[in-house]
Amino acid sequence: MPAATAGGGEAPETSVFMYQAHKKIYARAVSGWFAGWRWGLVWATQLLFYGLPWLQWNDRQAILFDLGARRFYIFNLVLYPQDFIYLTGLLIVAAYSLFLFTAVAGRLWCGYACPQTVYTEIFMWVERKLEGDRAARMRLDAAPWGANKLLRKGGKQLVWITIGLWTGFTFVGYFTPIRSLAVAASTLGFGPWEWFWICFYGFATYGNAGWMREQVCKYMCPYARFQSAMFDKDTLIITYDEARGEPRGARGRKADPATAKLGHCVDCGLCVQVCPTGIDIRKGLQYECIGCAACIDVCNDVMDRMQYPQGLIRYDTQNGMAQKLNRSQLLKRALRPRVLVYASVLVLIVAALGTSLALRSPFKVDVVRDRGALARLVDDGWIENVYRLQLMNTTERVQHYRIRASGLEGLRTDIDATVIAVDPAEARWVPVAARVAPETAAAAGRGSHPIDFTVERIVDTPDDTARSVVERSTFVVPR
Amino acid sequence: MSDFIHSGWGWFVAGTTVLGLVFCLALLIIASRRKVMAQDNTTGHVWDEDLKEMNNPLPRWWMWLFVITVVFAAVYLAFYPGLGSFPGTLKWTSVGQYEAEQAKARDAMQSVYAKYVSMNAEQLGQDPAAMGIGQRLFLNNCAQCHGSDGRGSLGFPSLADNDWLGAGTHDYVKTVIAEGRVGVMPPMAAAVGSSEDVKNVAHYVLSLSGSAHNSVAAQLGKDKFAVCAACHGADGKGNAALGAPNLTDKIWLHGWGEQAIVNMVTQGKNNAMPAQGRLLTPEQVHVLGAYVLNLSQATRIAGN
Repeated sequence: MPAATAGGGEAPETSVFMYQAHKKIYARAVSGWFAGWRWGLVWATQLLFYGLPWLQWNDRQAILFDLGARRFYIFNLVLYPQDFIYLTGLLIVAAYSLFLFTAVAGRLWCGYACPQTVYTEIFMWVERKLEGDRAARMRLDAAPWGANKLLRKGGKQLVWITIGLWTGFTFVGYFTPIRSLAVAASTLGFGPWEWFWICFYGFATYGNAGWMREQVCKYMCPYARFQSAMFDKDTLIITYDEARGEPRGARGRKADPATAKLGHCVDCGLCVQVCPTGIDIRKGLQYECIGCAACIDVCNDVMDRMQYPQGLIRYDTQNGMAQKLNRSQLLKRALRPRVLVYASVLVLIVAALGTSLALRSPFKVDVVRDRGALARLVDDGWIENVYRLQLMNTTERVQHYRIRASGLEGLRTDIDATVIAVDPAEARWVPVAARVAPETAAAAGRGSHPIDFTVERIVDTPDDTARSVVERSTFVVPR
Repeated sequence: MSDFIHSGWGWFVAGTTVLGLVFCLALLIIASRRKVMAQDNTTGHVWDEDLKEMNNPLPRWWMWLFVITVVFAAVYLAFYPGLGSFPGTLKWTSVGQYEAEQAKARDAMQSVYAKYVSMNAEQLGQDPAAMGIGQRLFLNNCAQCHGSDGRGSLGFPSLADNDWLGAGTHDYVKTVIAEGRVGVMPPMAAAVGSSEDVKNVAHYVLSLSGSAHNSVAAQLGKDKFAVCAACHGADGKGNAALGAPNLTDKIWLHGWGEQAIVNMVTQGKNNAMPAQGRLLTPEQVHVLGAYVLNLSQATRIAGN
């Protein structure tokens, strides 16, 4: 960090207050190619977030995480807590995507898709509509309180709080059916936990996007710090072309920079004004930079007006800057081993996750041996073991099953002939007594023997296919 | 308060807690001001020739969060227990919360059980929902000893046959569930006679159920069975009022064969079923009793 940040040398013995006051950042509105991308992602993510809970599927909410009943509905899928491995898979996919994007082009997540960025973008749009752009906002803040200021500031707060509450409401709508939640909203008849989460999530949205903004990225976000650790010299970052820009300086539109002994940077300061974290990109890569590319958009406008080529600030790599690489060379370097490894692992995990979901059984079985007694002698010297089978129906229709045991000669159960019905998305315990004849027991010998329980789905409707699940257990012949 | 052997410990804990909070605030104030040592936004510390420590102050909102946590702690300690033996103004206890939650759960269950209370065992047996509840109660509370299918094992009676050691009515089953049951067979060797006599009696008992036995020994033991008949009846069919089991069937709760019977006669048995009344509500016992009774009946709807 250059020493130029020092505030000049006054008295040598000054004392500083260690808890720095928050300096408000008045980010200037920006439009352009990258801002367009960000707004596209704001629309995409928010339509998804606010819209999904309203979607119906199979006469129920398409996406509903029913924590009370421990069932998680995602379109056709009904997931049990036992399916949490899929969440693990999803998180690994998310992590590897982050690694991949960051290695290729820096903090893409931060700049375009992170909820903090997305909600800040929405909240800043509201702020701009009610208080005006940067200069107007600074004037308003400096002005004494009056009807105009009160109305604008109050209106902004009102809209912010509304968006926050709506976000909280939508969030809770993923866990409680949103349509009944909407009915409850009309009378404010939420349950205590619904109240808590709507207000908590709403307040977090309002506080983070309205007030905290870049403070979240600078001081709270762990991603922000470790993403920088995943950069290398071939990672695309937002860079200022110092060789082309310096020496910077103001000049007339008609002036020729060569004769004026100036670089292409006109030192207009717009790149600093649009920066949501309040840094000067011309000082090089800084940890505060969230990679939003607002400075690229605004600088390109200035370059156009000056009739200089675009890209004084651009996506480039450190190697690209130093070695003056062109686009195709940069692209070739993007396919370096690190990126290829991330990409192939990502593809493998996505494929594995997809295959596993597609081949998922429409029911699950757990076998639990009775613990009280290992085995018992019944009529005519037959040996009996008792088990409990839990049948979990992961479809939304009543399903019928038949249970058989195999692995020992003539192994029979007391429910060989019974058809077991399990209600939609329900789980049911079924006690099963399995027995073998004394001759079989004698032939098998004392101790524990592996057996299999085969649970077969009985085809009731043409939609169903015959499926069976085999679960292993043991059969004990007593000493 | 019984947690502390001396009331002084309560004061010690309270004092430490309060001092800890005061210390947190003091630290915040002490650390708030620093003399600037160098004019280049560093602390003036240099390591390894060129490694300088920058002055990166904490954001002020972070300081306020710190203050808020201290205030929160003070408010919490006023309401809830934490300051030594001071119970807090809300008088909250974990036992109290447990009991409140239990009461709430009972209230919630009331509506589920309300319609079952007025039904008898037979009606309950016809009701799949009631039997579903009964099965879950059985698996959670009874299956550990009696087996998931209720057929028991050595020493734990089968509930799925019709051989009851008592009346075998719904009321009887409910009473046993709620209050438990102790089955006593006294040691009878002295009354029966020599060890040879005991063996003969054992063979006679085996003969009652038509099991494999030595008919000569059984014949010799027949007279000695008179002592057993006091409870088990002259015909060996048992006496439900005394809880004496039927010896003429092939149900052997404590083991089959000469040795098992000899052991029982010489040593006796004290077999206990613990009372479940404190764990289950009367309504639950009502439904569970019907489920147990239903296990042994032809009308059982296992696996509906």
